[in-house]
Amino acid sequence: MSISDIKKEFPIFSNKIHNNDLVYLDSANSSQKPQSVIDRVNEFYTNEFSNTGRSVHYLAVAATNLYENTRSSVQKYINAKDKNEIVFTKGATEAINLVANTFGQKFLEEGDEILITELEHHSNYIPWHFLRKSKGIKIEFADVNIDGEITLEDIEKKITPKTKLIAITHLSNVTGAILPVKEITELAHSKGITVLVDGCQGAPHLKLDMQDLDCDFYAISCHKMYGPTGLGILYAKKKWLETLPPYQGGGGMIKEVKKDSVSYGDLPNKYEAGTMATAQVIAFDQSIKFLEKIGIENIVKHEKELIEYGQEILRKNNSVKLIGNPKNRGAVLSFTIEGVHPHDIATILDEDGVAIRAGHHCCQILHDKLGISASARASLGVYNTKSDLDQLNSSINNCKKIFNLK
Amino acid sequence: MNIKELYQEIILEHGKNPRNLRKTDNFNKDAKGNNPLCGDNVHVYLKLNEKNKVDDISFEGSGCAISMASASIMTDLIKGKEEVEVKEIVNDFLDMIKENPELNSKNLNEDDKTKLMCLSGVKKYPMRVKCATLSWHTLISAIDNSQEEINTERTK
Repeated sequence: MSISDIKKEFPIFSNKIHNNDLVYLDSANSSQKPQSVIDRVNEFYTNEFSNTGRSVHYLAVAATNLYENTRSSVQKYINAKDKNEIVFTKGATEAINLVANTFGQKFLEEGDEILITELEHHSNYIPWHFLRKSKGIKIEFADVNIDGEITLEDIEKKITPKTKLIAITHLSNVTGAILPVKEITELAHSKGITVLVDGCQGAPHLKLDMQDLDCDFYAISCHKMYGPTGLGILYAKKKWLETLPPYQGGGGMIKEVKKDSVSYGDLPNKYEAGTMATAQVIAFDQSIKFLEKIGIENIVKHEKELIEYGQEILRKNNSVKLIGNPKNRGAVLSFTIEGVHPHDIATILDEDGVAIRAGHHCCQILHDKLGISASARASLGVYNTKSDLDQLNSSINNCKKIFNLK
Repeated sequence: MNIKELYQEIILEHGKNPRNLRKTDNFNKDAKGNNPLCGDNVHVYLKLNEKNKVDDISFEGSGCAISMASASIMTDLIKGKEEVEVKEIVNDFLDMIKENPELNSKNLNEDDKTKLMCLSGVKKYPMRVKCATLSWHTLISAIDNSQEEINTERTK
């Protein structure tokens, strides 16, 4: 599929927003869905619906096979060693909470340190904050540099003999910096430290290879990968899933239940208690197929061109200030306009059909560090084009005009 | 609706040069408010005299043009009013932003009403209503001496 045809796969782009074509620049928040994914949800509920794993009737067996089929597709897409290293969750947030609860419960003690960074989304901070409250563990922050990056050295500086876990983002949802997660993992492992990568922004935009990356945990948000909402993935090395205690208790995760004892099921059931987001899991297979059809190399190349173009035009625009200048930037352009609050920017851009996000993007620590309360963010998806960025620039100019700026 | 009806000159002007953006000396009532979704925050200070009349009102904080202009216009017209009048004005303003087509308060003159009606453009932008009302909810919290910090996710 050629890049120019991609937009046609997304029915939302045939709609008008305030009588304008939709210029969707909020994919870091959530991506739009291709027709194949939407159709798959409908088809499953219309003709194939059943719960998975519990019954022996025809529909139940078929649904279970479809559900497990997605697990295999994900395994292949992220090059995990084993299918059972893929755990479905309700989102990346739950994936990180799962690790905080289980790993935190079993392996962390008072005084132990978790190293995160100033770039982290609240979902890769608050779960560790809970452990700080409940178990007295410490949270250390690696400092973001002037370009909005975190380097291997920035991480190394904050490692102490007490560091037990490093939890870092793959790609910042504000500065767009791509972190050297492979090198960080190598360094961490050489010191016996476990590594969790928040892959919410990395997974839709970068080539994923868990065996090469070698991290212990990788959290994925499916709705940012052209998939349904209500679904996330925790990749975890098998040794961890076998060693860690279960997360939630309920149906489907047990082996045997007695009045005085309970034993837990094998992987992956041990971590998938209750009825899962079955339709979403089954439809997510279409998201993987969509990404594979374009090819991640083509996606990376296309988005790199867009980012370079976007940086170029926004840098030329007076009063626009880009946030961060990372050498390796992916899919995100955050900015401020001197004299216009980000919320006013977002409202004015919306009038032209340009959808961006304004606020702290769940990164208050980073915004405090930058000395601003909010920023405007244009984030890209595979469907965006250079003309979308031209429209962004021209709507920014309109915004400046309304605020009487030059 | 045209975006320029939301961003009228008076809003842009108050947003750019907010009145009473300072901290009242010897204030005797104050309250904080914040909008957790966007990080906007405001701190309202009041100095009421023995007759419960507003001798001075000021605010500190940061936010968008709508929220800064709203706080600026509010503090300007509240000065000199009595506590009961302030409450009546706040309710009238919140009712107008919520549903009423116009302002009915006897405690507002026509000039005040015209200025406040410039904020009525937010009615068409549900996500921005909180920007216009944050400082007003915070003012009531200060008057009532409520220790609760106003949070726009909990106000109606």
